[in-house]
Amino acid sequence: MSNALNILLSGVFHAAILFLVAAGLQLVFGVQRIFNLACGSFYALGAYVGVSAARAAVAAGVPQELFILALVLAGLALAVVGPLVEWLLRFVYERDETFQLLLTFAIVLMFEDIMRMIWGTSPFSTGGLYLVYGRVTVLGVTVPVYNLIVIAASLLIALLMGYVLVRTRFGRIVRATAENREMSEALGVNMRAIYVKVFTLGTVLGTLGGALVIPATAAMSEMGIELIVEAFAVVVIGGLGSMRGAFVGALVVGVLRAVAISTYPELEMLLIYLIVIGVLVLRPRGLFGGVAA
Amino acid sequence: MLTFFAYAIVLLGLNLLFGYAGLLSFGHALFIGLGAYTAAFLTTRFGVWHMEAILLVAIAVAVLVAAPVGALCVRYVKIYFGMLTLAFGMLFYSFLLKFYHLTGGDEGMRVLRPYLLGFDLSETPKIQFLIGPYYYYSLTILAVATLVMWRIVRSPFGLCLKSVRENPVKAESLGISVTRCRWYAFLISAAYASVGGALLGPTIGQVDPGLVYWTQSGNLVFMALLGGFAHFFGPMLGAFVFIFLQDAIMTVVPYWRLIFGIILAGLVIFAPGGLMGLIGGRARLWGEKAIGAGTR
Repeated sequence: MSNALNILLSGVFHAAILFLVAAGLQLVFGVQRIFNLACGSFYALGAYVGVSAARAAVAAGVPQELFILALVLAGLALAVVGPLVEWLLRFVYERDETFQLLLTFAIVLMFEDIMRMIWGTSPFSTGGLYLVYGRVTVLGVTVPVYNLIVIAASLLIALLMGYVLVRTRFGRIVRATAENREMSEALGVNMRAIYVKVFTLGTVLGTLGGALVIPATAAMSEMGIELIVEAFAVVVIGGLGSMRGAFVGALVVGVLRAVAISTYPELEMLLIYLIVIGVLVLRPRGLFGGVAA
Repeated sequence: MLTFFAYAIVLLGLNLLFGYAGLLSFGHALFIGLGAYTAAFLTTRFGVWHMEAILLVAIAVAVLVAAPVGALCVRYVKIYFGMLTLAFGMLFYSFLLKFYHLTGGDEGMRVLRPYLLGFDLSETPKIQFLIGPYYYYSLTILAVATLVMWRIVRSPFGLCLKSVRENPVKAESLGISVTRCRWYAFLISAAYASVGGALLGPTIGQVDPGLVYWTQSGNLVFMALLGGFAHFFGPMLGAFVFIFLQDAIMTVVPYWRLIFGIILAGLVIFAPGGLMGLIGGRARLWGEKAIGAGTR
């Protein structure tokens, strides 16, 4: 029982992070129809900048308990990367999706080396900050409080996203754009501005995910390209362009991965790709396929 | 040069799928891996030393794997085809990585030196072997592969593929089985990639799962675009430039990805026809069509 709960909790923690990155991927795909491979790079970037920010904050005398604020601020500050990359993608909006995919691949390559140039190749971590909040024991399972904070934060972001997309004016415009671009443009929506905003939002979700995960692991230059294939599995299982799909898909992938690691480690990713292929073959639209939100 | 020969063969196959059939595979490294691991298994586990046998088995394995995989993949086009191939590629990658006792995990497997045309060359020093007999052997294979591919794209089948790419509905109504055409193209390109992988094995002497990772597949598509996938020789040129540029840059700075990323971005934005497209000529034709096809 306690063992199962332990597995479940670590799976949900991973799912919380995966959801953030996958939600960014979904948002961009839903509105701009670009499968953004670079969202993994945003995640890695968020992780590196997050570590640097947390270390700098602690060195500057900020109480250790507040390091999570530094992480969140770092994640949010990286929003500046969004418009830059979006500007680059603007050249290929009218082209075949092959070119769009390749351009995001080019961005992945560039980011990987830029991060290597700045932070070097050795793993980079926040050290002991992970356990600053201590651990709690729930039903006989000991979990770091930090994990619970991240899960709660991710849920909060999911609810907030849902609220923004469904209830606000901006959300309505975004959904209309995803539904029918020409029509919304004809009705007076400034497409360029919407694209910049949506892409920036997608970027922030990725960088925030990276910044939040980092106390639990260490930043490595390969983490982006590794995470993108997991996020890819999430969106395929959930259905391209769907927010609910990202949520469910992240839970499926996160929990399955945790179960596989603890029971039969050889199956870890194998199982997930098998499910991905199964979903693609039987139901290419995914579990919640359709247009965004 | 040896790496180039191997990749040139892979790219010939990829071009049939991407340039001629219009299907973008993001998991083609899977078949390079199949070929390379076939070479490793045959030489280290089964004591099969003849390179010719290895190549034939590599083709057989690739076709056996590609038949069901391809049958599933070619039902989809565009982004879904890319995603499905990516998933299969990563499936194979995690298999290689996790089944340690079988595949050596992330350390990979050694590829022992095979006999060429029945001659045992194990006495020859490694460098001598690679720049001597093996060099000409690979070159010959590449020449044969090029000739065969040249015949394929100029056969009625090649024309069918092009018509399927340009307008699948029309092709279907003219009596071409679109799915079957794409499936054949998938099989042929898988066999080519496998041969390339098998040739690559003895060159590097060690195969590891990194060969199959999705970024590898991305690099393959990059090579095709770099040379210009509209042209028969474009992707081969791309492989040549890619490999030598990578070597050249790596001797100066370790950051080849940054420079290659910039090159790729520049290509995608300004010269989607690739190097061949820049040189001009017929290559432009379908390069520009592909851009126009963006209006869905």
